[in-house]
Amino acid sequence: MSWLSDDAIFRLQTATALPDLSATRYRIVERIASGGMGTVYLAEDSVLGRRVALKILDVPDTSGELAARLLREAKILARLEHPGIIPVHGAGTLADGRVFYAMKLVEGQRLDELVSRGESLPHRLRLFQRVCDAVAFAHARKILHRDLKPENIMVGPFGEVLVMDWGIAKSLRGGGSLDAAMEPNEGSLARDTSDSAITAHGAILGTPGYMAPEQERGEVGSLDERSDVYSLGAILQYLLKTGLDSSANAPRPLAAIARKAMASNPADRYTSAGELGLDVARYLDGLPVSAYPENIWRRAARWAVRYRVAIVLVLTYLIIRALLLLWFRR
Amino acid sequence: MNKIVYGLILGGILGIFDGLTAWFTPAVRSQLLMIVVGSTIKGIIAGVLIGFFAKKVNSLPLGILFGLAVGLALAFAVAAMPDPTGNHYYFQIMLPGGLVGLIVGYATQRYGSSIAPARTQS
Repeated sequence: MSWLSDDAIFRLQTATALPDLSATRYRIVERIASGGMGTVYLAEDSVLGRRVALKILDVPDTSGELAARLLREAKILARLEHPGIIPVHGAGTLADGRVFYAMKLVEGQRLDELVSRGESLPHRLRLFQRVCDAVAFAHARKILHRDLKPENIMVGPFGEVLVMDWGIAKSLRGGGSLDAAMEPNEGSLARDTSDSAITAHGAILGTPGYMAPEQERGEVGSLDERSDVYSLGAILQYLLKTGLDSSANAPRPLAAIARKAMASNPADRYTSAGELGLDVARYLDGLPVSAYPENIWRRAARWAVRYRVAIVLVLTYLIIRALLLLWFRR
Repeated sequence: MNKIVYGLILGGILGIFDGLTAWFTPAVRSQLLMIVVGSTIKGIIAGVLIGFFAKKVNSLPLGILFGLAVGLALAFAVAAMPDPTGNHYYFQIMLPGGLVGLIVGYATQRYGSSIAPARTQS
């Protein structure tokens, strides 16, 4: 009797664990990551000859709840056609009943990984602006993300920014209330993620540290765009504090923007992600930001920084002119 | 900031300073106001021309050369006019004038924005 080697057993286990995609146009290449509901695989689209990411439920869902949720996530993504939001290519069901959907394969780095490499502050802020744009677009389509954090933002090799993981996104009706048809059953579903920033069980979905206070309290009905604004503020604060020179404080206007976005009272926050992104853009352009009232000295200092090149050129001219005058007078 | 506007503002500011330096020449001090106004207008014209060139031609060396040429040409036009005693100050006027053109040429190429506002799809 011959025994299988450990390596052979491992290979067999791996092969049997892989979903059967024979009835689909996709061929699995490798496993990328696991999440609460399912696993994401790198796959080959045999019809179009391109690589995609497949999100597949881990087990056939007898209750239909997880399947409905995965499909709901795919439908939300399909509604959000925006350069800053991961596009979905299609959805379907495997022979064993497991639901899956195919999305763009994003090759790049997560925002938290990128930031830990010490990217410059202006670059971080430009990336952040694009995140705000994508979230503002989703809000315009009445979708709340509810789990915005650096780990859910991918930055591609060409600087493209993609907001990922819309698994607990919430759909709003016109008045801002919940759309029951699109809403996951929060009482019974919980995302269990492998990282430590876990999502709580029960009625609370999100990531501690990035969740708005009302979201942490489980006040599902009171969530609106400003809850995502809070999360964006927390991301901005993360960008200001992580991977930069620890001795240097964050610029005051930026700290004020983050504070305003993270106000405990939603009424004190920016009313939209677009407004928050605009304030960051104004900072980058050397303009005053709404979150940071300036006195005359601060305004003068900002003006001097903004036009420092022109000021240096004028001073250079004056120095040369003075030297010329002295020379003419000799 | 738009290259033309950038050139206009910088040319105007340098023109003002350029004119004010006439105060150090006692012979023309009585005409200081006229000189400042004329010099400012000259700087603005030079700035607009150089800014327009920078918008059309994206080249730092060519921008500097064009700025120098425009600055010298406009300064020559001013210097060709004699003062009340009939003297010409070619060197004293053209050298700073060329310097203004050179600085504006460099600045508009290097720092002015040439991005046109986005148009909506019709």
